[in-house]
Parts: sequence; structure tokens; C-alpha cells
Amino acid sequence: MLLAVALIYTSFSASTEAKEPSQIMAAGTGTYEMTGEVVRGSVQHDGSEGISFRVVDRKGESQALPVTYKGAVPDPFRGGREIVLTGSLKGGTFVGEPETLITKCPSKFTTQTNG
Amino acid sequence: MASLGSVLLALAFAAAATAGLIALIWRHDERKLVLSRRIVYGFCFLVTACIAIIEFEFLSDNFAFKIVQEHSSLETPTFYKVAAMWSSQEGSLLLWAWVLSIFSSAALYFTRNKLRQLVPWATGVMMGIATFFTGLMLFAPDVNPFSQLNPVPSDGIGLNPLLQHPSMMIHPPMLYSGYVALTIPFAFAIGALITRRVDAEWIRATRKFALIAWTFLGFGLLLGARWSYTELGWGGYWAWDPVENAALMPWLLCTAFLHSIMVQEKRGMLKVWNASLVVGTFSMALLGTFLVRSGVLQSIHAFGNNTVGPYILALIGVVVIGSTALIISRLDELRTPKRIDSLISREAVFLVNNLLLVGLVLVIAWGTFFPLISELFTGNKSSLAAPWFDRYTTPLAILLVLFTGIGPLLGWRRVSWKTARRAFRIPVAAMVVVTLALALFTDAGSRPWALALFAFATFAIVGIGQEFWNGAAGRKRLTGEPMGKALLGIVTRNRRRYGGYIVHVGVAVLLIGIAASSSFQTNQNVELKPGESTVVDGRTVTYVRPTSKVDGLAFTAGAIVDVQEGSKTYRLETTRRFYRPTGRGGVGGIGDYFGGEADSTIGLWAGPVRDIWVAVQPNIVGIERKARIAEQGFQTCVEAGPGTPPQCKDVRAMMIAARDNPALQPEALKQIERLQELTAKRIARGYLTENATATFKVIINPLVLWMWIGGLIALAGALIAIWPSRGRRKGALVRTETDALKEAKYREIRDAELDHAAGKLSDEDYAILDAELRKEAVEMLDELERSREGARVGAGAGANGGNGNGVGNGNGNGAVTEHANGNGSSAAEVNGNGHHGNGNGNGHDPAAEPEKAERS
Repeated sequence: MLLAVALIYTSFSASTEAKEPSQIMAAGTGTYEMTGEVVRGSVQHDGSEGISFRVVDRKGESQALPVTYKGAVPDPFRGGREIVLTGSLKGGTFVGEPETLITKCPSKFTTQTNG
Repeated sequence: MASLGSVLLALAFAAAATAGLIALIWRHDERKLVLSRRIVYGFCFLVTACIAIIEFEFLSDNFAFKIVQEHSSLETPTFYKVAAMWSSQEGSLLLWAWVLSIFSSAALYFTRNKLRQLVPWATGVMMGIATFFTGLMLFAPDVNPFSQLNPVPSDGIGLNPLLQHPSMMIHPPMLYSGYVALTIPFAFAIGALITRRVDAEWIRATRKFALIAWTFLGFGLLLGARWSYTELGWGGYWAWDPVENAALMPWLLCTAFLHSIMVQEKRGMLKVWNASLVVGTFSMALLGTFLVRSGVLQSIHAFGNNTVGPYILALIGVVVIGSTALIISRLDELRTPKRIDSLISREAVFLVNNLLLVGLVLVIAWGTFFPLISELFTGNKSSLAAPWFDRYTTPLAILLVLFTGIGPLLGWRRVSWKTARRAFRIPVAAMVVVTLALALFTDAGSRPWALALFAFATFAIVGIGQEFWNGAAGRKRLTGEPMGKALLGIVTRNRRRYGGYIVHVGVAVLLIGIAASSSFQTNQNVELKPGESTVVDGRTVTYVRPTSKVDGLAFTAGAIVDVQEGSKTYRLETTRRFYRPTGRGGVGGIGDYFGGEADSTIGLWAGPVRDIWVAVQPNIVGIERKARIAEQGFQTCVEAGPGTPPQCKDVRAMMIAARDNPALQPEALKQIERLQELTAKRIARGYLTENATATFKVIINPLVLWMWIGGLIALAGALIAIWPSRGRRKGALVRTETDALKEAKYREIRDAELDHAAGKLSDEDYAILDAELRKEAVEMLDELERSREGARVGAGAGANGGNGNGVGNGNGNGAVTEHANGNGSSAAEVNGNGHHGNGNGNGHDPAAEPEKAERS
């Protein structure tokens, strides 16, 4: 019983909201878990500053949200892939927390063609 | 082949449905049941044939098959062509059906003379699920493994390079086998509930399948963890990813189930609990399959498009609602008046361990499904990260280790304080010593959770060591065998118990590895140019030089790294490969060599004290720029503009010729490809002298090797427990339910004896317990005798018939077994040569019987 109460309480306080780029741009500041699709050809290596790219909603059209990220980049990361990244909005740019970038494991090369 | 395959699949579907229906409709007709069983064997054969066809098509690169074209290619290595089947949705459904057909056949074969009332219902359940999965392949959109493509492409898309890892061959089939094996206990539990035969017989018949499922799932999890550990960006060996959790939850529930069924077997208690657990475990297994395939939750495992999710969800709904209703309607039969005799007894510890395991599952389930829960309440999908999971699972896991240690030290039913104190003395002393040493001489004291885990794991390991020692010493006293042989003797004669103990040791060692590596890990990203050094956790990391290579498949950029630790230097190589896309036909550009799917290989130096883990992220911006320039240059060359070298004119001439004459095209393509490859190689070589900064991820992971060692120990223990005992292998002992019942009672007597011999039961406690058990056994045998009256045939009586089924212990020496020499002092199981002391045919000597059968 105690466990249940603790579970419910902490899970609501410790969780991060998952939002798509368009929702984040609408909501403004805060920490979110962003899910979206990396815009093809938008990935740039900024030398020691990590990488920057733009992300759009998974479905439907939306404005692209610029993102910067420092840290390990998973192998499947590339334009056209779906990613999950925790971070916050700073001055119109979504700054990812290091080591939180997750790329969905694709079972096929379906989104490969113009990577 | 495709039409043959479709026909076979349709037949398999029909066979599954027919077998199930026959078993249910004519459940009282012996001959119809034999027929139904044979149809199940036929079902197994048909699905096997389907698998064989699909695998054959994969190996022969038949891209007319959609499944082959989408998951394999000409370049895919043969090894991975085999594994490519289950990287697809339809292939994994087929694998599900196949494994289910094998387990169902095995279960029905082993119960062919047993559980007369249960088997028809169990067949119905197993074949119902088989019908569901084969039906899904036939009727759901996009998941027929025999779908054809028209026109036939010349090459396939290929298996994702990330999946081209040896683990791909074993990891998914292991997990699937584990999930599917859980169907068997579930099916028999449903049978038991429907027929109201809720004693332990269904458990005895399917216990082994639960153990097999546990082992498969455990192995699958361990392999998955290892795979993830050696990949970059998969979050180490465990990341609380929904799909990982989905495999962990049924495994944890299965662990709970394997413990609590022992309580039902031995004491007839916890029936409602066990029935609920088996339903929960199976539902979790289905849920795992669903999560892998549905993409409702964000996961690195979410595989492509999904079409079967809703169907599986519907099946889960039916299973959960149906089973719950069934359990509720049978509550009267399931309730038992028995209570736990004492709080210091093995069953009490089992109960605590069950609550802890279920608690763990509840936490993990809540965290895993929190995005859905929060969406329900707040409208936003919020998710929970690893720290949240750790906060709850850590204390639960620590308590679990403690009870893993306590359980084996206590006997069944009752243990006196005195005996308990004696059993606990050494393990507790060891725990105190190790804890103090760790707190004083290492920095373990800074992490109280980890320190607590180390302490309890020590307690558990030493306690089990003591169990082995006492058991072997007891046997040595009785048989005079040397210690080593005595040790082997107790293990082979009581595989289930000692196998289980070995699992406990393995889990304790595994958790030590997890606690150490998660609490004391150093994880840093560093940026280095070739020749530069930096210090990570007291070790000097030097980027010695870059490496680079191009072959037909991929461009590889990597680094040679030296890690200096004290006076030793470890040289590691780590690379990142960029695979050229395949299966598009025609010739791509030079950029294709560098812009493809990436796959990292880490540099790993594993050791008993720590692992050094290095991954490189080469900066290939310069390479990409050069590739773009070369691409343009190539274009200019092909146009043979002014100032281009003479080869360009040749290429241009050939392309023009090829355009007019299709017969020349392959040759022209080959030429162009060769030229491109040469250019690519030149660019790749440039990487060696570019002096580009590379990012390194360096992890120093203490004691992580013990996690894998512990996992392997646990699996070895499970295999020992699964391995059939000698009597069972001879196939003589357990023919019928009553035999099984009898055997279980004998085992209980032998267990008590073993506990007594190992000093776990005091003399008084043992005398009381033994008398009780013996009385029950005699009553049971009398009953058996009465029921068999008249039906007995000389031949059937066999081993034990001749002497009127044993002899009593009226001589009051209290021992189950008498020795040939008549000193009558102890244990059949321990000395291994139990003998009918006075075979005069007027009583019972239950525990001697199995031994006798074994000898005769």
C-alpha cells in the first residue's frame, strides 16, 4: 500500500513529459522528452561543440525545431530517423542533455533512400 | 514453393483448430484424444515445414518472397540470412507458432498417460493460441510470410548492420522460446481450474516447462544485456527500456512462480496465488510480444510498422478476463485451511520472496506503462527514466538477495531457534567480516545501497556454500566417499535442490556485478586529436592514431587507443563502420561510401577487477566534404569537359556505348563502380593524415565481468535442475498420476531427511515432521492399494509388486531407510543405497522404494 502511494507520487513528480517539437515550441520553457523525426540533411557536426540538427513532428507537417546535442551519438542516428531526446528549450533552441539521445532501432532500411 | 508454403500454413491452421476442437468435444473419448494428440504432432510437422521453406528461400536469395527481399540481400552473410527470418514481423510470428508447436507436442507426449481430465482442456488452450497465431499470419494484413513480390527485385534491402551481430542468431529465439514455453503451465493451469483438480498434479506435470521458460528467458535477457553492453548508444547492459522490461517482468514472475509452486507441492497451500501467478506470467509474456511489435511505447526496440498489435491486445484481454473469471469461480476449491506453521520456515521465506518479486514487477510495470497512465490522467505522455526505476528496484533487489540467502538455510514447516542460529552463524559472521573490510579498506562505504548488497550477497553465497558442505559431509559420513565424490553425489541425487542453490549463487554474483558497475562506474566523453592524451579515472588514455579502410561493403574509420593503468598499457581498437546501402539497384554515388548506416565496434578490455570500454565517434565531416567534391569531379569527368584526364574520355565513351547497347551495361557499371571505389579509397586514406579530432566515450566499469559470470553460473544451475533425474530417465518410475503423487511424498520425506542430516532440522523437529510425513505416505499407499485392488497385474507390479509394497518402520528407529547392514541410521538420499531392511511384506517403507526401483 505504502509502495503504491510512493510509486504514484514519485512517478508523477519525477517523470518528464513527452512532447513533439510543435508542442514544445508552443509550450516554451521546461524540460521535456522530445520525440520527433530528424530532418534529412540537417545534421551538422560542430566540431567540439557536438552536433546540431532540426527535428519535426513524427506525423504531419510542423515547423522544424533546431536542436543541439553533446555526447554519444547512437549508431542509427541520421536524417529521417525517429529520435527521443531529453532536454529543454533555451532561446528557441532545444538543448539536449548529454547521453539522453535515443534512436529507434529500425528493423529495415525503409527510411534510407536519401539519408 | 510459395503456394506450397501457403497451403502448409493453411493446413497448420486447420490442424491446430481441429486438434483443439477434438480434444474439447470428445474429451471423454480415449481414442479421440489420441487422435487429437497426433494432430498436434502433425501441426508441429507442418509449421516446421513452413520454417524450412522460408529458411530455404532466405539461403537461396529468392527475392520473390517479400520477407526475403525486405530482410536479406545478396551481400548479407549466410549466417545472418538464417537469422534474418526473425528480424521480420511475419517471421517472428512464425517462430512463435513453431516454438509453440514443439512445446505443445512435448507437453502432450510427456503427459500421454497422465492427467486424463486436464489434458483435453490444456490441449484446447494450447491449440487455441496456436490457432490464433497461425490465423494471424493467414488473415491479418501484411504478415503472411509467403507473400510474393511482383516484379521480382534483383536484390534485397538487407539486414540492418546493427542486427548483424552473432547475438541476433540466439537472442530473439531464446526470448521467444521463453515466452512461448510459459504457455504450457498456463494451459494446464486452466485445465486444472476447469476440471476443479486444483491439487499439485498440474504443477508437477508442467513445472519443468516453467523452469525451461525461466532458463530461456534468463539466457535471452543475459545475451541481450551483453549485446547492448557492447554497442554504442544502447545505454549499457540495462536501460529500463520498455522492451527490456517486458522480458524482465515475466522472468521475475516466473521466478516467483517456481518458488511458490514448491509450497503448493509440499504443503498444498498458495493455490489461488499460484493460479494467479501463472496467468500473470503468461499475460506478461504476451504483453512482451505485444510491446515488441506495437510501438505504443517509446523504445529503441520498436520495430518498424506494426499491424498485429491490436489482435495481440485482444488476445491478452481474453486471457486476463477469462482466467480471472475462472479463478474467481473456483475460489472454493482453491482455498485451503492450511496455514504456515512457523515464520521461520522455508515456506514463509518463499512467501516473502514472492511478495518482493511481485513488488518488483508492479514497480517495473508501473514505470513501463506510465506514459499510457499519465496520458490517461493528464493528457500528456510522460515517461520515467532510469533513476526512477533504480530508486525502487534497488532496495527490493537488496532484500531479495537477503532472502535468497535465508531460504536455503531454513527447512520446511518448522525450524527451532536453536537450529536456525546454528545455520546462520557462519554466513552472518562472513557477512560482517566482508562488510567491515569493504567499508574500511575500499570506497564502498560511500554507497550504502551497494555496500548492503555486497553484504547480503556474501551472506547468501557463504550460506549456500555451507549447505553444500554440510550435505556433502553428511553423505561422506554415511558412505565413506571422499568429499569430492560426496559433493557430486548429493548434487546428482538432488538436482532440483542443488541446481536451485547454484542459481542462487549465480544471481548473488550477478547482482554484485550490477551493484559495483552501476555505483562505481566512470563514464566520460573526451575529445582527442591523434597523439593527444587525457586522464580518465586515474588512467591515461592516448589516441595513438586513426585507422581507415574501404571495402565493397563499408567505410570504416577508427582509432587505436592506449590505456595506461599503473605500469600496464592496454592497446584497444575501436571503429565505426558506415555501410553502403544495398538493394537499390544501379550505381550510387561516391557519397554512398561514407553516408551509410553506421555501426560501432567498441574496444573492450575485460578483467576481473574492471572493464575498460572505449568507443570512438570519428569526425568525418572532412571526409564527407571530400566525397562531395569528388562526386562533382566525377560528374565533370563523365561529361569529359576540358582539362579532364584521358581516362574520363574512356569512361564517357563506354557510357555512351552502354546506353545504345544494353549488353554492355553490366560491364560499364562494373567499371564505374571500380573507379568510384578507387576514389573512395583515396578519400578514406586521407582520413589518416587529416589530424581530425575524434570523440571518445571511455567507461571504466568495475566488477562488471562478474555479472556475466554470475549469469552463466545461474544458467548452469538451472540446467542442472532441468536435467532429468536418473530414475526419470529410465522412464520406469512415474507412469501415472498416483505414481507421481507417491513420488512427491517420497521426495518430501527425503528432503526432510536431508535437512536433518545437514543440521537444518533439530532432532525433535525432525522426529515430529518425519512421523507426520510417514503417516501421510502410508495412508496414501493404503488408498492406492485399495483403488488398485483387482486391477493389479503381475507385470505391472514389477519392481515393487513382489514383496507386497514395502515394509513398515515399526521397529521405531525413525529412519526412512535401513541400510543393508541394519544400522538404520539415515537418509536414503544421502547415502544413496537405501535398502529394504526387512522385506517381510507387511508394511510400508516409502522412501526406500524409489531407491530400490533404481537399483533393480
